[in-house]
Amino acid sequence: MSRSVFDGLKFRRVYSPIHNLDPRVKFIYVLGVFVAAILFGEILPLFTLFLMQIPFVLLAGVQKEWLRSLRGALFLAAFIFATNVLFRFIGAGYAILPTDVEFSAAMTLRFIVLVESFSVFFLTTSPDHLGLALEQSRVPYEFSFAFTTAVRFVPVLAEEAQTIMDAQKARGLELEKGNFMKRIRNYVPVLIPLIVSAIRRSLELAEAMESRAWGATKKRTNLYELRLHRGDLALLLFTIGFLAVEIYIRLFVPVPTLAQLLL
Amino acid sequence: MIEVENVRFKYPSGVEALKGVTLTIKDGEFVAIMGQNGAGKTTLVKHFNGLLKPSTGKVRVDNTETTKASVASLSKTVGFVFQNPDNQLFSETVEEEIAFALKNFGFAEETIEKQITWALNLLSLTQYRKTSPFMLSGGERKRVALASVLAWDPQMLILDEPTIGQDHEQKEKLRQFIVQLQTQGKTVVIVTHDVEFVAECNPRVILMKEGKIVADGGGKEILTNAEVLRQSSIVLPQIAQIFVHLTSLGLAKDLIDIYEAKEILLRVWRERAR
Repeated sequence: MSRSVFDGLKFRRVYSPIHNLDPRVKFIYVLGVFVAAILFGEILPLFTLFLMQIPFVLLAGVQKEWLRSLRGALFLAAFIFATNVLFRFIGAGYAILPTDVEFSAAMTLRFIVLVESFSVFFLTTSPDHLGLALEQSRVPYEFSFAFTTAVRFVPVLAEEAQTIMDAQKARGLELEKGNFMKRIRNYVPVLIPLIVSAIRRSLELAEAMESRAWGATKKRTNLYELRLHRGDLALLLFTIGFLAVEIYIRLFVPVPTLAQLLL
Repeated sequence: MIEVENVRFKYPSGVEALKGVTLTIKDGEFVAIMGQNGAGKTTLVKHFNGLLKPSTGKVRVDNTETTKASVASLSKTVGFVFQNPDNQLFSETVEEEIAFALKNFGFAEETIEKQITWALNLLSLTQYRKTSPFMLSGGERKRVALASVLAWDPQMLILDEPTIGQDHEQKEKLRQFIVQLQTQGKTVVIVTHDVEFVAECNPRVILMKEGKIVADGGGKEILTNAEVLRQSSIVLPQIAQIFVHLTSLGLAKDLIDIYEAKEILLRVWRERAR
């Protein structure tokens, strides 16, 4: 399950209008969606938000990966729905009300909207671009570098985890054996070598970087400068307008629930 | 006995690493699998203990089909030592590291104790019994990994790149050790790039290229066949190279053994001196 969620965040190098957008603007857009998802607790606006992402996904041509990340989030979504229903059920004095089910569904949808928008962002933004965007937003280079390196090493670590599991299976380890607690303990022989080698790798990386004069100059220049193009400005304007509209609606327009509309 | 029947294997990424491999490894054989990076060597040997199951075709270990057995049960017969010891070491002491597999296989307490002592002694690690494996050098960690597999005394042993990071003395020890396993009738399969090591051991050599076996035969026969080796980007062992350059003296070209080579050169030298 966890691996497929990561798959939904793994960047693949392709070109599309969405991939070419400035990562900063894209991030502001994602934040806009984020804010909207938090502002509204009703199912109708959340569903609108959910649908709003789909044109982006189609334009970027990342449907397959995007669906995979949603499938990966399904387990957690089901969990959110179940706990919401359960506590509303208890809170309502052990009765299931349609409004409570609707509210639980809305909370689940909120989670899915957050996952899908972040997934679109990571699927269409290369780690290099991301680092560049962080740097040009005046995040100290040490931090932006650490961040991009971390993102870049996720697939490497996933592969290494597979090798470690193979090596331990060859020594008779059966990961799927035993009760719940035993199964968790089964992962100790996999996690320790993984952590140790990650630390060792980071030390080696640090030495290799220092021997290539990392941090020798205080002021770095970039080969590529991020500039806002027409598409970026359009998305930026759209995001600002969209934010204004959502705040206006939140403040002055009552949003009906499905239950109110139907019953 | 390991029987591989027309095996093809495709990774989930879509790469077809094995494109129809057929071979039989008899009990007590010593086999070296060689070839370029990406030729499918490691993919092939991972089929021997069921870590990978063939996409099509069959792999049988002692007449058991690998698709019908768990890795754990196959591993009891087929010990697999991975290339990088850091992919498996996790215990607080060397002793516990070696006990790990023995416990997984459910050996009795006394047997575990006995086997640990035996394995430590075999690989000259006794002094490190209570040391953390993370404190040891690269070569020593590699020996701990080997000891942790040898401890349950499997009938067949697969070593992935056993000579990497080992100095010459350790390589020689490893060679003697493999010879010793041979006399006990064990099957040993090594995956390696180390031409000189293979030349010194003179095992059966299987050359792989792009997921297929391109040559299979005696070490001497294959390691002196320049044409076949070039296809797999392997250079002749040094002894063979010398004798290729000495063809004008009318000497045989198919030599890989140092002692044999020495005898021949001495004979030529004596004849000339006379």
